Amino acid sequence: MGRPVAIVGSGQTRHGRRFDVSYPELVKEAVDAVFENTGISPQDIDGVVSGTMPSMMEGVALTHFYFADVLRSVGKPILKTETCGSTGVSLAITGYYWIASGLADLVLVVGSEKMNEGDSQATMTTVVEPFYQRYFIAGAPGVFSMQCQEWSNRFGIPEDKVREAATRITIDHHNDAFDNPYAHIKKRLTPDEVNNARIITYPIRLWDVCPNSDGACAMLFASEKMAKKLGLKSAWVKGVGYSGEEYWFGDSEKAIWQCAIDAARQAYDMAGIKNPRKELDVAEVYNPFTYQEMLYYECFGFCGFGEACDLVLQGVFSREGELPCDPSGGTLCTNPIGATGLNRVAEAALQVTGQAGAHQIPGAKLGLAHAMGGVDQFNGVMILGSE
Amino acid sequence: MEKRAEYDVITDEVAIPYEVAYGPTWTRFFEGLKNEKIYGSKCEKCNRILVPARSYCPRCFVEIKNFIEVDQEGTVISWVLTEYEYFGMPTKPPFIGALIRLDGTDVNFLHLIGGFDLSDPDNVRKRVKNGMKVKALWNDDKKGTIMDIKYFTPVK
Ligand SMILES: [Zn+2]
Repeated sequence: MGRPVAIVGSGQTRHGRRFDVSYPELVKEAVDAVFENTGISPQDIDGVVSGTMPSMMEGVALTHFYFADVLRSVGKPILKTETCGSTGVSLAITGYYWIASGLADLVLVVGSEKMNEGDSQATMTTVVEPFYQRYFIAGAPGVFSMQCQEWSNRFGIPEDKVREAATRITIDHHNDAFDNPYAHIKKRLTPDEVNNARIITYPIRLWDVCPNSDGACAMLFASEKMAKKLGLKSAWVKGVGYSGEEYWFGDSEKAIWQCAIDAARQAYDMAGIKNPRKELDVAEVYNPFTYQEMLYYECFGFCGFGEACDLVLQGVFSREGELPCDPSGGTLCTNPIGATGLNRVAEAALQVTGQAGAHQIPGAKLGLAHAMGGVDQFNGVMILGSE
Repeated sequence: MEKRAEYDVITDEVAIPYEVAYGPTWTRFFEGLKNEKIYGSKCEKCNRILVPARSYCPRCFVEIKNFIEVDQEGTVISWVLTEYEYFGMPTKPPFIGALIRLDGTDVNFLHLIGGFDLSDPDNVRKRVKNGMKVKALWNDDKKGTIMDIKYFTPVK
């Protein structure tokens, strides 16, 4: 076990179509925010970790080089971490490793994406090789639609019940987003609007899908000694977990999703969590698709397999429920891919330090942050505590 | 500096030609397709039959030397009807991508389901079910690519 690691602050940009700034200027906005929020000077950092979605998204391959100046990395060690959708949690884990190893006391961790500059689904196809899988993996909606079907079929969940629960999730999150100053899509939705929205890939409809967002997130990870010296409200990393499956999409089961189960189990074991639904106060689950959020509840042990729809409809995972999930509105309302996982960590850190503002879960002390990547073969989890 | 809602943009396109080596395993697999055979390989340690054929088992970390022809019939594990198109998409919509468990194998094979009208999603939903049996239908003109299998089509 490494040294204790604290998160001493975060900075998020405004999200949306950000053609008012260049890509490095967008990254600078988040980096400036974390230094401003903490009063820390760029001179004091020992190193920088940066990451994005695969670089085809904006057409510049060496993003951490492109951002070197705005990352304040001149004269410092700089690392790039890139795992597709789970980049943000991988970034946080990289920052965690660096501090836990004892080789640094203060590390800047930055994730970013400017999805509106490129073609996100075309980028997604370049994630896989050109002679087998690329023919059949029709962007993210195609992949998750398949996963949803396998899940509902496997556990015999009636189609209309899955629809009803997914509708509840999207209405709740788009309402939640109004209380998150950084959220991209904020909308009061009605069940009719959701249920009759156009089909993207059956059974996924428009409001089941996350938007393309431009945005960045910056965080500062510190050693115990540094955190005490700084005297800032700090979230402590209690557990980390990351697990992957085979490259070949058909090799792994999508309903009993082993890498998601394992990532959570690793993080729970490290944090000493036995009953996540009881012990966690808040969870920022990566939810680019409504259906997938429910699958995660099951893989993370928030409930048994096949039970998530019922519990969603009972309100167990809503803001006032037993385990509030994605009170920020989550990925469903804001998805700048390379930053999204780090947004989840930043939101969990804000919650356990009581700084989440209008969407604060009262008294939150233990939170989970999560992101998924690969095509769907990577999952990463981080547990944060108030002490 | 002048403040505007949006500043200027330029358009850019990155187009790089690639020559992608198949290596011995994929070369043999695709030669198999040319001869209307689907090859898998059996891991001697976990006894799983993996398809497409592999040179090593990703779970046991052991080399696999054998090639075995697998059944061309299988069961639909999951599927998705794709109707939208994006830049660089090699398969033209509408198409049904599917995970198919070929009989006697232990992983799912990724390919298409076809052979009927895909223009009406409601009709497709009635036609295609998880658990249904399908079999490979071959293209007459074979090029040694994954599309030598035209698609998998429902077995009556
Ligand atoms: Zn094996």
